[in-house]
Parts: sequence; structure tokens; C-alpha cells
Amino acid sequence: MAEPQRARPKPTPETQHFWDGTKAGELRLQRCDACAHVYFPPRPFCPSCASRKVSVFKASGKGFLYSYVINHRPAAPGFTPPYAIAVVELDEGPRMMSNIIDCPQTPEALELDMKLEVAFQALDDKITLPVFRPAKG
Amino acid sequence: MRKNQVAVVGAAETTELGVIPNASQLQLHADAALNAIADAGLKLSDIDGFATAVETPQQVCHYLGIKPTWVDGTSVGGCSFMLHVRHAAAAIEAGLCKTVLITHAESGKSMIGKQPRFTAADSLNGQFEAPYGVYGPPSMFPIPVLRFMKTYGITHEQLASVAVVQREWAAKNPRAMMKDPITVADVLNSRMIAYPFRLLQCCLVTDGGGALILTSADRAEDFPRKPVYIMGTGESVETPMVSQMETFNSSRAFKTAGPLAFKEAGIAHKDVDHLMIYDAFAHLPLFGLGDLGFMPHEETGKFIADGNTRPGGKLPLNTNGGGLSYMHSGMYGMYALQESVRQMRGIAPAQVPNAKISVCHGVGGMFAASGTIVFTNER
Repeated sequence: MAEPQRARPKPTPETQHFWDGTKAGELRLQRCDACAHVYFPPRPFCPSCASRKVSVFKASGKGFLYSYVINHRPAAPGFTPPYAIAVVELDEGPRMMSNIIDCPQTPEALELDMKLEVAFQALDDKITLPVFRPAKG
Repeated sequence: MRKNQVAVVGAAETTELGVIPNASQLQLHADAALNAIADAGLKLSDIDGFATAVETPQQVCHYLGIKPTWVDGTSVGGCSFMLHVRHAAAAIEAGLCKTVLITHAESGKSMIGKQPRFTAADSLNGQFEAPYGVYGPPSMFPIPVLRFMKTYGITHEQLASVAVVQREWAAKNPRAMMKDPITVADVLNSRMIAYPFRLLQCCLVTDGGGALILTSADRAEDFPRKPVYIMGTGESVETPMVSQMETFNSSRAFKTAGPLAFKEAGIAHKDVDHLMIYDAFAHLPLFGLGDLGFMPHEETGKFIADGNTRPGGKLPLNTNGGGLSYMHSGMYGMYALQESVRQMRGIAPAQVPNAKISVCHGVGGMFAASGTIVFTNER
């Protein structure tokens, strides 16, 4: 019997650039050409000023731990509890949900505001997830 | 909207609450509706407006044999019924219909005739939250809690006291699921669900339903029950993704809906005799007290831990025992509304003496939506 798999994202035309980016080892965000607002998740217009003139750029991949839970039960398919579900605030401003790797999944190790950096976890040959690890140095 | 122009003239829950293995979700809608119609002394044919969530209006109207001229299928999660009350009041005032029935029911525990919830892999939630292991509300709703605690200096003990106080209220309520007293230590020693929250800080999972009937305040005088007037209303939505809230220090939807309702009612916080804040999880009353402007967020944890919201306290909160101890079928807003109506009628099991104004505040999804209703029993 096959192991239950974690939920796999299915890109849409509006989000394809993001998933192409993670596959290439880049965390891509969008910036409004009119008002400079940086936003996530992807969409082909600015949610702040409604301009359709927006650009995709490579983000620094740096941020900090904004908040999290350590999920014990019920566990999602493909996950072994306990595991942290985190929200990371990126240096560019937007926040995104993620997992924290290379770090014990405990309240003691997962300190709010700790510096994080992006890493990439390939789920299959189509989808690579951005995850985060404690920043070095 | 003008205040006190529309009133609740019928209100009832399903005959049973808790575990109901002998009825489908659709039948629970009907059971609640028939109870509310009997409570109002009406016939099904008197209903010309209808609202419900999750199930469609056509599904429930056909099952009940209702032929409406106005329907509302707003479905934004557990506070949908607060929004229905607001929309129904506007529709009655505008003359679109005269007598509105609002139903909720959920076979949340027995799962009979209930469609499973499903997150599409190409939705934004499916792409940007589901892959990280979120799995049901306990893994999502508490995600803001640690940030909220750090920002405002809220303690684990204070968050545990929410469950303790609500159990005190539930002990007074024969229909509450959980009535045995608990302590802060009991809460902090209960099974871990999603740190920082443990079992007793998470809502129950039950079966049940409820229904309300609204009509114009002028007509309401002729009904058998004491009318409960809609004094003020508010609503908003923010985001379906908890990770995308503007901040974890408050809820934008709460901060929009709550003040709208207070303004429309023309009341100040000191005027509130009774308060319901939808408590799917233990942090929601803290967010609610702060976002509705009762006090700075910093004070909310201490306020509850000090006993101000318990029986005999100065701000009676979640007097049915709440989603933590009374019942929670999945969309609890209807039960909060039912308790506000009981308090305004003066018939609640844990009645607040001489209560004249009740504020009922709901959440939908994981801070995705919000609705606030101010009720009064004086026109």
C-alpha cells in the first residue's frame, strides 16, 4: 500500500511563475510597478492599488518566525507528529505559511522572531516547496 | 440600518443536541425550523424569506415545503447566521419579505448527510497552506496565538482560564455537553492538540441545529413570545488563509464588524449586559474583547482569569458554556444567537438578571469572516 502523501499544490496560470521559481531554487515575489507594494500570494495585479503593471522578482529568502503551532493531532497525511506549521514574515514584507527544517519541533527551539532562511524541498519532478531553516550566523 | 425595526419572534434549537445518530443534517435543519415555527406560533406557509449556510436555500426550502420570495445563501463559516440576521433585517425593512426563517444544522459528529470539506489543490489554500500540514481547524485556528501572547504578555494560564470559566456557565445549563468543573491545571494537563492549545481549549464536536424567525417590530408585538429587537449589526470578511491575516495581534474582520454594530445600536461598552463571543478555541474571547473595544488586548487575559466574565462577574460572557462546553456542531454562530435571544427573553438556564442589551459576536473560518448583532428587549 502506498504511503499517504502530503497535499500537493496544483499551480494555476497566476501562480505558475512562483512554482517555476521554487523549482529553480528561487523564492519569487511580486512588486507593483506603480506603488511599489510587495505582495503574496501571486496574482497579476496589485491588491493595494489595483494596477495591472506588476513585476516578478527574486526575494532574499530571509525572514523571521512570526508565529506557529506544533501540530500533534490529527496529523495531515504525509506528516509525522509533532510538527510545526509556521508563518514566516519575509524581509520584503509578505508572510507565508511554511515548515521549519533543521530545527527541533519544540517550543524551546522554535523562538518567535528567530531569523530564518529559505530552503527548497522537492516533492516530485514538478513541485518544489519553499521551507525555512534557522539562518546561519 | 435603523435600529429596533426588526425583531426575533421565533427561536429554537433542535430537539436534541450532542450526538444525534438518527437524523441527517438536512433533517436537523427541518427539526430546528419546525421548533422555531412552533415557538413563533406560525405555519410554514407564513414564511416568505429564507436564509441558510452550507446547505443551499433551495435544498432546505424544498425539504420543508417553503416558497420564499427572498433567499440568502451567504456561507462564510460559523458566523453566517449573524450575517443572515443582518441581511434579513435589511430585507424586511426594504419590504422584500415579511417573515424570515434562518436555519442552521450540522451533523458534525455523526456525519450523516454531510458533505466532506475539501480543499482543491489549485485553490490558494491548496497551494500555499495545505502542503505544510494543516489539517482541520485545530491545526490552523491557533496559529496566531503565540504571536498574540508575545505581543500582549498573555499567559498560558490566562488562556486556560477561558475554558475553566465557561465550564462554570455550562454547569448551570442542562443541555450543555460538558458540565463537570475543571481547573486551570486540568486544562494545562489535557492532551496536546496543537501547541500551545490542548484538548480543553478546543471546541466540542457535536450534532445539532437551530433556527430563528424575524419579522418587523410592528408585527412582532402580536406574537406569543417577548420580541427581541435587532438593535445593531455589522459584518466583514478578511481572508480564507489564516497565514494572510493583516496581523496576528487582532482580527480585521472583528474590528470592522464589531464597531459597526455598536455604532448602529448607538451604545457604549458599559451598556452591554450580556456578551457572546464565538469560542471555537480559547483565544477567541480575548481577540473579541480587544477587537470590539471592551478593553486593550493586553488586559483581556487578566480580565477573564480574574473572573470578570464568570457567573456573577461584571461582564457575563458565553453564558451557555460556549463552543468549548455547550456544543459546537462546526458552525457555532447559531447557538450563540440562540443564547442571546434566550437572555433577552429572560428564559436562559443561567439567566443574567435584568439584562437589556446583548452583544453576539461571531467568527467564520479561521478569522476569515465576522458578524456582530446587538440585541435588546426594549424598543
